[in-house]
Amino acid sequence: MADFFMNHPLGIALLIIGQIFLLVIPLLVALAFLMYADRKIWAAVQMRRGPNVVGVFGLLQSFADFGKYIVKEVVVPAGADKSVFFMAPMVSLVMALIAWAVIPFNDGWVLSNINVAILYVFAVSSLEVYGVIMGGWASNSKYPFLGSLRSAAQMISYEVSIGLIIIGVIISSGSMNFGDIVRSQDGDWGVFNWYWLPHFPMLFLFLISALAETNRPPFDLPEAESELVAGYQVEYSSTPFLLFMIGELVAVVLMCALISLMFFGGWLSPVPFLPDGIVWMILKMGFVFFIFSMVKAITPRYRYDQLMRLGWKVFLPFSLVWVVFVAFAAKFEWFWGVYARWTVGG
Amino acid sequence: MSVFAFYLFAISVIAGGLFTVISRNPVHSVLWLILSFLSAAGLFVLLGAEFVAMLLVIVYVGAVAVLFLFVVMMLDIDFAELKAEMARYMPLALLIGLVILMQFVMAFGAWEANAAAEGLRAQAIPVDRHNTEALGMILYDQYFLLFQLAGLILLVAMIGAIVLTLRHRKDVKRQDVVAQMMRDPAKAMELKDVKSGQGL
Repeated sequence: MADFFMNHPLGIALLIIGQIFLLVIPLLVALAFLMYADRKIWAAVQMRRGPNVVGVFGLLQSFADFGKYIVKEVVVPAGADKSVFFMAPMVSLVMALIAWAVIPFNDGWVLSNINVAILYVFAVSSLEVYGVIMGGWASNSKYPFLGSLRSAAQMISYEVSIGLIIIGVIISSGSMNFGDIVRSQDGDWGVFNWYWLPHFPMLFLFLISALAETNRPPFDLPEAESELVAGYQVEYSSTPFLLFMIGELVAVVLMCALISLMFFGGWLSPVPFLPDGIVWMILKMGFVFFIFSMVKAITPRYRYDQLMRLGWKVFLPFSLVWVVFVAFAAKFEWFWGVYARWTVGG
Repeated sequence: MSVFAFYLFAISVIAGGLFTVISRNPVHSVLWLILSFLSAAGLFVLLGAEFVAMLLVIVYVGAVAVLFLFVVMMLDIDFAELKAEMARYMPLALLIGLVILMQFVMAFGAWEANAAAEGLRAQAIPVDRHNTEALGMILYDQYFLLFQLAGLILLVAMIGAIVLTLRHRKDVKRQDVVAQMMRDPAKAMELKDVKSGQGL
């Protein structure tokens, strides 16, 4: 039996498909509750109750929404480019999901343990912009088109600084594999060994860039209700719209996972005497998601020119200077070698 | 398994290229081109050059093709006119294409590969280190100066493009961020006591 799964091509394929289901199904179920948590946190900040009708404390609200989206009618605009119109939401969801193939949840718990994992995630997240552009263009309508252009420009701008921040972490850990990046953060000091301390300003830059990259408030300009209708998804209804929404949220949770892995030591335990494990990874992702929700609740929306200025004139030079600084600090082992962790771990 | 993957990627590279040329809609052309790029990245992965594959996706698909798509979407193209133009230049284009094809065939037919070059090609994948490290060694140790020069040329091209296209127009209102941040209620508004029956 084990031989069949290890050596026979069909067995290997079945094994991989099984692993994919094992990853994707818990992810999507967790997503339903994260969406609920997001709305509850938002409501709590505004002293509302939030969803509280479907299920106990409204816990099943996301599933009810899901059912509602599925059974609605799919409306396609008259002049729409049908193939591209339906491909766009699929691209959006698929690109958000395939990035999870390289995210480890525990030591060795990863679907595909590749050398260039962090570059792969970066590449895939740079492809997410196609869902937005294709959706906006294929709708053959002015509002979605304008919304998609704004959204795409925003995503591309913030990708640049995300890339530079990632380079800083790669220099410090000496590897692009998430396992090695996390292991290089291991040490006797627990929480103080993680990269959030030496790479402190970059943690904030990455958090803000992640908000902009995933079109979350305060950077949700593509769907700024006061100016546009609803961005690139105006003409979408029913399941295609649902796919866009799930894709967006999966990308948000992916950013949470990235922050936990790169800055908060992934599955490592914060206190040295407690065992490491998947619980820590999930707790850290939950914590970062909570921060995302709180930011959504308490910050006012940015103006578009302010957003572009922040991306190109503030974040880009700062992260570029930071890469140079980290490179020097790692090469000459300044500050007791905290930037040159490849000597410790990977 | 990898043979199957190779043929899958190879066919989709060629099909993507073909449909890039024959698509009626320029946006579809760019989308097919993107498929072609992605499949080429898949071929790189099969060769064991995963770093190059990821760079191909990030640079070409994630940045260059997005700009293509932007430009093509903004274009206002009259297809009938385009078709007529194409028909007019078709004989000339065919002639040039034929000449280039002939040249390629002749060059390839007379090409004798150096035995030493063949040997180098066989060692393309280093076994003792990751290919990311191997690329880094070649770029930043062996060909450091050439790499720096290439970067400098790109910088010059970038500055040139900016100088050529940047025009400061006097009649455009610009956002002054510092001034906006320095505003406070005392300076931003003025309270007036308006008597009833009189305007300001």
